[in-house]
Formats: sequence, C-alpha cells, structure tokens
Amino acid sequence: MRNLTPSVVVASPATLQVQDRGRVLRLVAGGDWIVAEAPRLDQILLGLHFDGARDAEIDGGALEQLDGAGTWLLLRLKRGLEAAGSRVTQFIVPDRYRPLLEAIERGEVAAAIDMHPRRPSIENFLERIGRATYDALRQGYDMLGFLGRVSVETSEAIVAPRRELSFAALIHQIEETGLTALPIVGMLAFLLGVVLAYQGADQLKRFNAQIYTIDFLGVGFMRELGGLVTAIIVAGRSGSAFTAQIGTMRVNEETDAMQTIGLNIAEMLVVPRVLGLMIALPLLTFFADVVGIIGGMVMTYFDLGITIPAFMRELESAITVKTLLVGLVKAPVFAFVIALVGCFEGMRVERNAASVGKLTTRSVVESIFLIIALDAGFSILFSVMGI
Amino acid sequence: MGGNGGEDEVVIRIRGLVNAFGDSVIHDHIDLDVMKGEVLGVVGGSGSGKSVLLRSIIGLNRPVSGSIKVLGQETAEIDNENFRGLQLRWGVLFQEGALFSSQTVAQNIQVPMRRWTRMNQPLMDELTAMKLSLVGLPLDTAWKFPSELSGGMKKRAGLARALALDPELLFLDEPTAGLDPIAGSQFDALLRDLQQGLGLTVFMVTHDLDTLRATADRIAVLVEKKLTVGTLKTLPNDPDPWIHEYFSGVRGRAALNA
Repeated sequence: MRNLTPSVVVASPATLQVQDRGRVLRLVAGGDWIVAEAPRLDQILLGLHFDGARDAEIDGGALEQLDGAGTWLLLRLKRGLEAAGSRVTQFIVPDRYRPLLEAIERGEVAAAIDMHPRRPSIENFLERIGRATYDALRQGYDMLGFLGRVSVETSEAIVAPRRELSFAALIHQIEETGLTALPIVGMLAFLLGVVLAYQGADQLKRFNAQIYTIDFLGVGFMRELGGLVTAIIVAGRSGSAFTAQIGTMRVNEETDAMQTIGLNIAEMLVVPRVLGLMIALPLLTFFADVVGIIGGMVMTYFDLGITIPAFMRELESAITVKTLLVGLVKAPVFAFVIALVGCFEGMRVERNAASVGKLTTRSVVESIFLIIALDAGFSILFSVMGI
Repeated sequence: MGGNGGEDEVVIRIRGLVNAFGDSVIHDHIDLDVMKGEVLGVVGGSGSGKSVLLRSIIGLNRPVSGSIKVLGQETAEIDNENFRGLQLRWGVLFQEGALFSSQTVAQNIQVPMRRWTRMNQPLMDELTAMKLSLVGLPLDTAWKFPSELSGGMKKRAGLARALALDPELLFLDEPTAGLDPIAGSQFDALLRDLQQGLGLTVFMVTHDLDTLRATADRIAVLVEKKLTVGTLKTLPNDPDPWIHEYFSGVRGRAALNA
C-alpha cells in the first residue's frame, strides 16, 4: 500500500489553453485527458472563472487520449459555461471518442448530487436514538409474542402430545446441549470451586474461622454460582448454536420449505430445543454444583489441611436439600430463556450470511443479560419469601 | 483506450496454458488471443474451468505452466508494482457483484478512485454519479447498501465499480446468471452500448446463449481441457458432439426468430 500514485503511464500530460478573443472564449484541450490526470485537471477547471454572456468554444480536436473521467470533465466545463450564461458554439472531440461522449452525455447527471446524505448532525443523532428505542421496544413486543407462542406449543406438547413431537429430536437436543457440555462445565465449575475456596479461606483465616469456608462454598455454589455459571456457559454454547442453526435454515429457505409442506416450525424446531434444554440445564447445574464443591474440597485440603471426612461433616451441617433446590429451581427458567432467545433471534435472521453472525452475537448477549437479571429477581423473590 | 492501435491488436495472448488442481488437469495447453475492441464469450460445461481461466488471466490463480500476456505484459513475470499498474487498466465484475457489504454503492465505486488517484471528494462524487447513469442505475442507489439492492442492481453496481477507473479491458464472470430474461437482455444491451461507447475489450464467461448472441463477437468453448474458438455461425457445425449439442439449440431458436 505504499505506492499511492497511480502507475498509469501518462504519455503526454493533459493541457488546457484559455484563449480570450474578445467576444469569443476559446478553450483548447490537448494531451491525455484520462483518469490519472483528472485530479490536476479538476483543480485547473475549478480555478477558471467565466464572466458570462458571450460565446465559448471547446476544442478537444487535438486530444491524444480521452476516457470517461476526461469526457466528464469536458462535459462539466461545457455545462458550467452554459450555466454562467455563455453560448457554447463549438464542442469538438476526435471522432473516435464520439461514442464515448454520447454514452456519457446520454445520462442526465445532476451537477453535484449529495452522495453522503447521512452526515452526523443533531437531528441525525436524535433520529438514531429514536430509531434504536423503537427497535428495542418493538423487539421486546415481538419477543413477548414469541414467548406466548412457544409457551402454548411447549405446554401442549407436554400435556397432550397429540401431534408428532419428535422424541428423537428431543433426545438429540439433550445430548447436544447437556452431555457434550459436561467437560467444559465440569472444568470451569471445578476451577471456580478452587478459586472460591481459596479466596474464602484467605479472608476467614483472619477471624480464625476458616472452617466456615466450607459453608461459604457449599451455600454459595449451590444457591447461586453453580446455576449462574452453568447457565452462562450454556447460553454461550447452545444459545448461539440455536440461533446459528435456525438462522442458517432461514438463509437456505429450509424454514420456508417446511412451512409450505405444512410443518409447524415452532413445533419442529423450537419445542425440542426448549424442552431439551429445560431437561439438560438442571442436570448440568447439579453436576456443576457437585464438581464445584469437589474443587473446593481439594483446595481446602491443600490450603487448610481439612480432611475429606471433616469437610463432609461441615458441609452436611451447612446445607440442606432446600439449599440445593433453591439453586436448581432456577435452572429450568434459565433454560427456557436461553432457548427462547436463541430460537427467537434465529427466526429473525434475514436471507444473508452477515445477518446470521450479527444475530448470533445478539442472542448470546441478550440471554446472558436476561439470566443475570432473572437471577437478581430470584434473589429478591427468595428474600421476600424468607427462603 | 490506448491511442490509434490497429483493430487487430492483441490484448490478451495465452500460449500453452496448463492449469491443474492436484492431479486433475483443468486446462491442457490452451492458446487464445483476444483482440482489441472485441467481446469474447467463454462457454463450457460446469466444472470445465471457465472461471479458472478468467482467474488465471487476472492473477487470482497461478497456472502450472504457460504464458499469459495481458496488454503486452507477461503477468507471471512482472513484479508487484507493475502488476498493479496493469490491474488499473482492467475491471472485473464478479458473479454476484462482490460489492463490499459494509459500504454504500457510492463508497464501493469510490474505493478504486480513492486507492489509485488523488481526486477530491466532489470530483469523485461527480464521477460516481456519471458511472451510475452509465450503468443505468438511478442516482439514489448511491447511498444504498448492497443488501438493499436486487440481484440485477448489484450486478450493475458491480459493473460501475469495475468501470471506476475507465479500464480498457473488462472481465465479466457470468454477468447474466440469476437474472430474469428481461433483466438479462437489458444487461446485454447495456453491455453492448458500454462496450461500443467506451471502446472496451470484454472477456466474458457465461452460460447464457442469449447473451452470447446479443453481445459476443467470438466465442471460445472449453471442452475436454481444450479450447475451440469460433462464432455463432461456425460453432454449430463443429465436429465435437458437445459443442454441436450446445449450439444446435441456438440455431433452433435463431430459426424461430427468423
């Protein structure tokens, strides 16, 4: 990219002579009027001033070369003269360039049209805010509609599976979103348990209460962290996959084909994903809880020297089945939100490849946002209920 | 538009071109001359290597052996600097237009201008408007994004970008594929007008017999890794069964139209 000057060879530089013969203004063009010379010619031509109301002649008869850009400049010169009140009595180009001149003259071109009408301005800024607000509200409204539809379809599929809910598709979704996520969820939960135990132990040591690291770990993981981390991982892993899968089907017109055959898209594509994830995520969450606590156990053993039986005794006194259930009850809700957002954004994909990527990103961001917001909501709810 | 060179000046000269991917040979010692000011149509079955031939000439595909001379310069031998100089003298229209999707049509057309000339913005805008009217697009297309255009408009906008620097040589890859017959024949007429108006030499890969009839001066057929060159008059009588089959349909239709 270092060579910015064009390598077009200019055999003979373009020239323009202005001959003022009293009543007649004569402009003689010569040399190569080509695109490489256009910037220079443009400056020369813009520097010309016509005081109007007399005859003008444009003589390009001696031009060596002429191309589209050069022709345009000649035409612009002619139109400029005419606009200034001159009468252009002669307009000569070599015969071999006649067709070119005619081709360009044929198009009626406004002298200066605004190619970039979207300049930053205060109105523009306000318009963008308004548009974004409207879009956000509109999307919320659409999503509410989708929520209704999916709720109805899903509950119908559970309560009265009269239509053909594909059992194989459901199992496939559980495998895809649950089973194959075990390694990554387990790994991250274990590491998080290690980190949490280490930090807890460090702080509680100061009060000589390091044994309560286990309470902190058990309650923290089971009530909040296990579910939250699992949901976020699954949102990034499966929520994005839902959007991309359904989006690609939209791009390939597969969803349209399904519709014309008379298949119910929501039932075929959305319900198995929603139900599958609602089954898989609580299981994954439980797995994460267990692995996370094992991670903490390993850490407390090495850091504080707490043996496994001692750990178990303390854990047993710290948590109850209720602690576990409070964490697990959130998982199906998170799962529903992840699947809902993933499928919703997938259905919104337009028929171009760029839109798949854009909406996949948006699906992940939205579902993680909703998960954290919902988790906060649950915390408030539980504290009001005194759980 | 180079001076007063004779009508039979050779713009593209290919000698002994061999292209192969792995073990499968695509082109086996092909020779071809493209003359100044003509429209050459290249046809062939799917997978016969029409696009590979085009890509070899414009330097997107390195041939195994053989010589390709474009505008008198050996493309395989010249250095990058000179190759860029050569690139300025041709424009390429890719199959789907290949417009940059993040930019408006006007910005797309101005990419080559911005890269290779020192024109200021007003002049570039004027030339952009001129190119748009040349390819028959309304001026308000300028600030649309490629995703807002129909297939035919994308091709016209791609053509405007290919013509941005007034090239003397134009490469077209399936210019009418995916267009309806009306849009297709409009594109053919546009192509013919532009070719005559701007004095272009056109190298066109196509499947479209109507386009060939409307625009091509000569036709090169790729069959069995070899090239047969002729016209619409001579090719239907070619002994090769594939070529005969391909063009007998044209003859039938030509008879219908007569």
